[in-house]
Amino acid sequence: MDRFRMIFQYFQSNSESVMNGICGLLALASVKMYTSFDFSCPCLPQYNMTYGLGIMLVPPVILFLCGLILNRQSLVMLEEWRRPQGRRKKDLAVIRYMCSSIMQRAMVAPVVWIVVTLLDGKCLICAFSGSMDPKKFVGFANVSTAQVQQLLAKVPCKDDELMRNNTSCKAVSRYLRCWSQALGWSILLILIIAAFLARWLRPCFNQATLLQARHWSNYIDIEQKIFEETCCEHSQLFAHKCILHFFESMRQEIKLHSFSLPREGERAEGEEDLLRGITDQDQVNKLLKTWYYEKPPLDVSQATQR
Amino acid sequence: MDKFRMIFQFFQSNQESFMNGICGIMALASTQMYSAFDFNCPCLPHYNLAYGLGILLVPPFILFLLGFVLNNNISMLAEEWRRPQGQRGKDPAVLRYMFCSMAQRAMIAPAVWVSVTLLDGKCITCAFCTSVPVETLGNASHPHLSQGEIQRILARIPCKEIYNGQQLIDNEVAVRYLRCISQALGWCFVLLMTMLAFLVRSLRPCFSQAAFLKSRYWSHYIDIERKLFDETCAEHARSFAKVCIQQFFEGMSMDLVAARCHLPRKAPADAGEAAEKLLGITDQGTMNMALKSWHRCKPPLHLHPPALPTGNGWAGEGQPPTHPSMPRRETAAYYSWV
Repeated sequence: MDRFRMIFQYFQSNSESVMNGICGLLALASVKMYTSFDFSCPCLPQYNMTYGLGIMLVPPVILFLCGLILNRQSLVMLEEWRRPQGRRKKDLAVIRYMCSSIMQRAMVAPVVWIVVTLLDGKCLICAFSGSMDPKKFVGFANVSTAQVQQLLAKVPCKDDELMRNNTSCKAVSRYLRCWSQALGWSILLILIIAAFLARWLRPCFNQATLLQARHWSNYIDIEQKIFEETCCEHSQLFAHKCILHFFESMRQEIKLHSFSLPREGERAEGEEDLLRGITDQDQVNKLLKTWYYEKPPLDVSQATQR
Repeated sequence: MDKFRMIFQFFQSNQESFMNGICGIMALASTQMYSAFDFNCPCLPHYNLAYGLGILLVPPFILFLLGFVLNNNISMLAEEWRRPQGQRGKDPAVLRYMFCSMAQRAMIAPAVWVSVTLLDGKCITCAFCTSVPVETLGNASHPHLSQGEIQRILARIPCKEIYNGQQLIDNEVAVRYLRCISQALGWCFVLLMTMLAFLVRSLRPCFSQAAFLKSRYWSHYIDIERKLFDETCAEHARSFAKVCIQQFFEGMSMDLVAARCHLPRKAPADAGEAAEKLLGITDQGTMNMALKSWHRCKPPLHLHPPALPTGNGWAGEGQPPTHPSMPRRETAAYYSWV
């Protein structure tokens, strides 16, 4: 009974805590990826915006897809969605519940990337330095229009000779960074409020349907696991019987071809069983060769009748 | 009985210590977030106040809500609040207790952020640098400077590398002044929070202790009951799945036997457990059909009673309901290979 409880708890806790663990690991991985990524703004007028926005938006898509791929439940959900109806009705509420839980978990790492990017500020400075109004900043007010674009595009590159001691460039940088951080905190605030409202208000709508959907989605997961477990157990026994049958038929073949009488009583009973009548080098070699060249058929119906 | 006590204590201590652990982790995370966050004062007259106060107040609000979101009890509280009365009365004191205990835990991380921010001083320096008393600290009689110009100069105080108002007011003096005020505010805030916590803890037994004990007991009870219900449902789902799959395999092999018009093969008495565990599937073709049938035509969620002497393994010709009624669940739970 204790073992049953332990195994059951393993199954129960396994899928949820494994999924939450994967979700957290992906979020940490996205922070680590961002800090180790060497952001290098091209500082050219046409390329800045593409690079900046690309770094801000493409990795989140990748992380989202990774989150879907690594989640075992997405396969289970797809299978449940696409299976033929057969003798079991399909409950759309269950599929919707599974889909929303998968999406929520997959969204965490991309959101973390975007928020960290915005709070750091480099991407937005790179992307939007060329779109600044030069009149707002003292150092750029007197420069010609053609040159001002080039100068503004170089703002993210602090090591450039022109930019090193230029206070206006620092002012542009600071201004953009301030907006970037404000945007990052605002996005975080909106998402947290949404998560809070979702958790708080969910029991107000259709709690009974939610409990049912959650139970049956858990059931589908457990059923899949038990089916795989049963098939594994079955193939183990199948293989065992198949091999036993093979050894038996080998032993009979050897008996037919050799004239030596089987030695009685010289070895203990247990050893005789394990050796299965194969007792010298030639026999073993023949057995191995036959196993490779002529594997037995996948049919133990004769064996079970013995 | 001992096992029950152990399980009960595990649940009891687990929920509280788990929540306290989350609370502590969030407090640490808030200090880590603050030190990792690159504070970047805009040094422009109207933006400073917004930025400084924003960094002081928005993250604590986020942390407060996060404290609620991460607390599993919030859905329990909402559920208990919104459930229909049914046969069990609702006690508002229990709901109030649950809400207060969640709110207290959620307040810790924001308080830590605000204290750390104030003690560090960058936020207040950024937000209030334009309100520095130039008359007392600096040289207010500096001529030819309009009010707007003075504001712009003062706004650059936090950004030392572009500060150009040394004649008006020394940068070091202004920063030290603002920092001193910020740290004083920070320590007062910490003192206030600690005194509040002390008063709440020490004065609570003076007011309706009996009602408090009752609310605490019943809120723990609701939590434990919900966990046990989830556990029982999962246990049931496991038994259900096991029986369903076993019946599927049995039905499969009996179906094939009927199709081949052979007499049903009885496993010989001495075949042992192994032959039984093969579930009647003994060759590749049969196994392939079983796997195909599992995908194409899953068995209905309707377990038939075990002792059916007929050769027809499939029961329930019509569409069975996906949610079996209570009495059948009892049967399924007991008919298990464990």
